[in-house]
Amino acid sequence: MPFSIPEQELMEPGHTACHGCGATLSMRYVLKALGKDTVISVPAACWAVIPGAMPNRTLDVPMVYTPFAATGAVISGLREAFDIQGKEDFNVVGFAGDGGTADIGLQSLSGAMERGHNVFYFMYDNEGYMNTGVQRSGSTPYGAITTTTPIGKDRNFKKQNKKVVADLMMAQGVPYVATATIAYPEDLIRKVNNAKKINGPKFIQILSPCPVGWYFPPEKSIEVSRLAVQSGIFPLYEFQNGVLKVTKQPRPVSVREYLSMQNRFRSLDEDDIKKIEKYAEERMEYLIGKEKETQSS
Amino acid sequence: MILAPLADRSSRANHTDSWRILKPEIKYDKCIRCMICWKFCPDNAFTVVSGEELESPNPRVAALEAPVIDYDYCKGCGICANECPEKCIEMGIETKMVI
Repeated sequence: MPFSIPEQELMEPGHTACHGCGATLSMRYVLKALGKDTVISVPAACWAVIPGAMPNRTLDVPMVYTPFAATGAVISGLREAFDIQGKEDFNVVGFAGDGGTADIGLQSLSGAMERGHNVFYFMYDNEGYMNTGVQRSGSTPYGAITTTTPIGKDRNFKKQNKKVVADLMMAQGVPYVATATIAYPEDLIRKVNNAKKINGPKFIQILSPCPVGWYFPPEKSIEVSRLAVQSGIFPLYEFQNGVLKVTKQPRPVSVREYLSMQNRFRSLDEDDIKKIEKYAEERMEYLIGKEKETQSS
Repeated sequence: MILAPLADRSSRANHTDSWRILKPEIKYDKCIRCMICWKFCPDNAFTVVSGEELESPNPRVAALEAPVIDYDYCKGCGICANECPEKCIEMGIETKMVI
């Protein structure tokens, strides 16, 4: 059987990620696409602890730990240093979680993208601060229960909608923006390969389900991320040279099915579910409208 | 010249088999060698062996490369069994106790 994704492995087994971790799969696919000439910069995130304690390494590429807020700044510096040394073909990669991207690292990400360095920025989106014990982040969706938005008597689940950083980057005019998820590795690797061809900043948001923080059994990781796309909760798109393309059309899977798989949505009633359905529909309409608008112009 | 601390020990030295409660087992007579289990393994616990080492009733399938679970690293999350299109991976109870 021909392999549908590259056979080369740059992530070694024996790491300390939880059972069924989506973030490790994100890293595995990204490294398969990027290859050996890569430097990865990781802020405080799940990926700062997955390789294990100091003498251990899980990645066969250099890894730079950065302060939480500085991923964008560090990859800018690495890129300029490599350019001065004449190593233009090295890939400089920032690999941050959603806390380090949507909340704490947003200013340095925005700055790095604005200055136009030739870098990759991957946001593995597990919709919360999962490493520190499931706190709410800007990327947590409406209706989710976390330890800082606990259910209680008042049903204090998160009342705000998800901040989609890929949309922010698109509005900022970053040359390459895409969303991907671990259930479609071929699509993810194709997007990284497309991004490689662009000389400028690249931003890819990867939805990485977290069995611990989303409260579902670990064997369902891939199924949950597939349902997120098929139900239209997390549309996959690619924004390249000012043209938007929705790469996976949602199938008729109900949002309810996606929500019912995860125990973090257990306190939602009918009205809340309708609200989420409406939000997903509106976002899909917005993207399809934008797709038509950019492709015709 | 080393300017930064180097992590030169591969995490392969760190066996994660004691994390396992359920143990996956591939039934090679039903396996079609699609490698979907290998593709979706978050622990990278599959090795790929060349064909003809494992038996299959279909000789064309037997000649293909096949996935083999490395039980030193498998954490038993069950993604492979859940995603297998032929449902030929069975999750049994892990009986080996590691202390």
